Amino acid sequence: MSAPAAVRRPSAPAAVAPPRPRRAVQRRKAVLLQLACLAITAFMGLPLYLITLAALSSRAALNRFPLSLVPTELSTETMSRFLDSTGVVPGFVNSLIVGLSTLVFALLVGVPAGYALSRYAFRGRDPYQLFLLLTRALPIVVLSVPLAKVFLTTNLYDTTYAVTLLHTALALPTTVLITAAVFVSVPRDHEEAAAVLGATPAQAFVRVVLPQALPGIAASAMFTFVMSWNEVLGAAILTLNQRTLPAQVLATLADSPLAYRFAGGLALVLPALVFIAVMRKYLVNMWGTTLR
Amino acid sequence: MARARRRRARLPTPILLIAPSLVFMTALFAWPLVVGVAQAFTGVDGPTLTHAQRMLDDPYFWPAARNTLLLIVVLIPLQFAFALTMALVLRERPRFAGFYFYVWVVPLAISDLAAGLVWLAIFTDRGYLNSVLDRLGIEPYAWLSYEHPTTVFLAVLIAELWRATSLVFVIIVAGLQGIPQDYDEAAAVFGATYWQRLRHVILPQLRPSLQVAMILRTILAFQTFAVAQALAGRDFPLLVGETYHWYNTLQNPNVAAVIALVVLGASMVTSVAYLRLLRDRTTEVTT
Repeated sequence: MSAPAAVRRPSAPAAVAPPRPRRAVQRRKAVLLQLACLAITAFMGLPLYLITLAALSSRAALNRFPLSLVPTELSTETMSRFLDSTGVVPGFVNSLIVGLSTLVFALLVGVPAGYALSRYAFRGRDPYQLFLLLTRALPIVVLSVPLAKVFLTTNLYDTTYAVTLLHTALALPTTVLITAAVFVSVPRDHEEAAAVLGATPAQAFVRVVLPQALPGIAASAMFTFVMSWNEVLGAAILTLNQRTLPAQVLATLADSPLAYRFAGGLALVLPALVFIAVMRKYLVNMWGTTLR
Repeated sequence: MARARRRRARLPTPILLIAPSLVFMTALFAWPLVVGVAQAFTGVDGPTLTHAQRMLDDPYFWPAARNTLLLIVVLIPLQFAFALTMALVLRERPRFAGFYFYVWVVPLAISDLAAGLVWLAIFTDRGYLNSVLDRLGIEPYAWLSYEHPTTVFLAVLIAELWRATSLVFVIIVAGLQGIPQDYDEAAAVFGATYWQRLRHVILPQLRPSLQVAMILRTILAFQTFAVAQALAGRDFPLLVGETYHWYNTLQNPNVAAVIALVVLGASMVTSVAYLRLLRDRTTEVTT
C-alpha cells in the first residue's frame, strides 16, 4: 500500500563542483531555509515553552505584571497545588485506567480484523472498509449524548467502563486500518513457511507474524492511548464523578484560578511530548498508509 | 478434503475475524445514532419539533453556527497553506531537519483543551503577550474580552492553527514521500522554475493526500470546542460547545441531541461536497 520512500539516486549535476556564484546562491538559500525553519519552530515551540514556564512559576511570580519571559522564580508550587485540588489525582488515575483499557480492547477487537483485511480477499471487504471510514467521519458529539442515555439505562453511566467503550469505538477504525497496514508489510512467505513446517495457523500467527508486526502494533496502541488521553467531550458528557483528567479540568475551568489552568495545561501537554518523541519515526508511515 | 468440507460448513475465517469489530461498532455507532434521532424528535407525547424549535430560538444558536462556519472558512485555507509551506521547507533537507520535525509535530498529540490552555497563558489579560507589549511600551490590550469579538476570534484561530496544522503537515509529508522524484527532476532539467514545478508537478501529484487531509480536517474542525471554551468560555460559542452547554449546564439532552445532529448533517454535507468536487475534477482531467 505504501510506496517505498523515494529512492535516493546519485544526482549528477550536484556532484560537479559548482562555480563560485552558484555556491553563494546556494549558501543564501541555505540561510533562508534555516530562517524559515526557525520562524516555524518559534511559532510551534514558543507556546510550549511559555506554558511550561507558567506552570513552573510560583504564584507570586504569576501575579506580577509584566510576567518574566525567562525562568526567574521556578517553583513546584503551582503544579503541586494543582495536583492537590479535588478530583485531579483521581482524574489522573481514571485517565490511565481508561487509556490502558481502551488500548487493550481496541487491540483485542481490532487486530483480528486488521489481519483479516490484510490477508484475505473476501466478500464484504470493501463495504467493511467503507463502514470503517464512515465511522471515522461521525462526530463524537453525535455518539456521546445518546450513549449517555443508553448507559444511564444500563447502569454504566459515570463509570470508567462507559468512557472506555466510547473511546474503544472511536479508536477501533484507526486500529484496524493501521494494523492492516502493518500486517501487509509482514511477508506472507514466512507464514507459509511456518505452515509447511507444520505450524497451525494460530501458531504461525503467534510465533512468526506477531513478532514482526509488534513495533507497528505498539505504535497503534500508543496512538490509541493518546487519543483516549486527549478526548474531552465524550468523557465530560459520560461522567459526573468518575471524570478523566481532561473532563475534570474542563468541568472546573470556569471557576478555577489562572494558575490552576496553566498547571492543567502542562499536565495535559506533557504526555504529548513523550508520545511524539517515541513515535516520530512511525508518524509519517502511519498517516501515510492508513489514510489511503 | 475433509478439512475443506469442514471449512465450508462454518463461517469463513475472515468473517469470523472481523465479526467482533463489526458487532462492537454497530452497537456503539449505529445504536446511539438511532437513539439520538429519537431523542431529538420525540417528546412526552410522540414525535415533536419542540426541541428543534427551542434550539433555533436560543440566542446562542445562530452565533454558534456562524462562528463554527467562519472558523472553518478562515482556518482551513490558512492551515493548508501553512502545512504545505512547512512540508516543502522540510523537503529541501535543511540541517537539523529531525529536530524541526519533532517540534512541528508535537501539537499532533495535544488535545484541543490543552491547546486552549496553552494559548490562554499567552492571550489572557496579564499573560505573556501583554507582558511583552508592556515591556515594549505598548498599552496592554484585553484580547479575550467579550467586548473585542475580533481578537477573541483571532485568538481561537491562532490556537487552532497551532494545534491542528501538524495533522495536515504529516499527511502532506507522507504524500510527498510517495511521489517519485523523477518528474520533478525532469522538470528541473528542462528549466522549470520552482514555482512552475510546484504548480504543475508537485501539487497535482499531491492531490489525493490533500483531499484526504481536507475532508478529515473539515470534519474535525466542525468539532472544535474546547479551545474556545478554554480561551473565551461562552463568549465565543461554537456548535459543539453549545451541545456541551445544553447537556451539562442546562441538563437538556434533547436539545443537545438536535445540535449534535446539526453538526453531523453539516459534516456529512461538506464531505459529500468535497467528494463531488473531487470526482468532477478527476473526470475533467481524464477527458
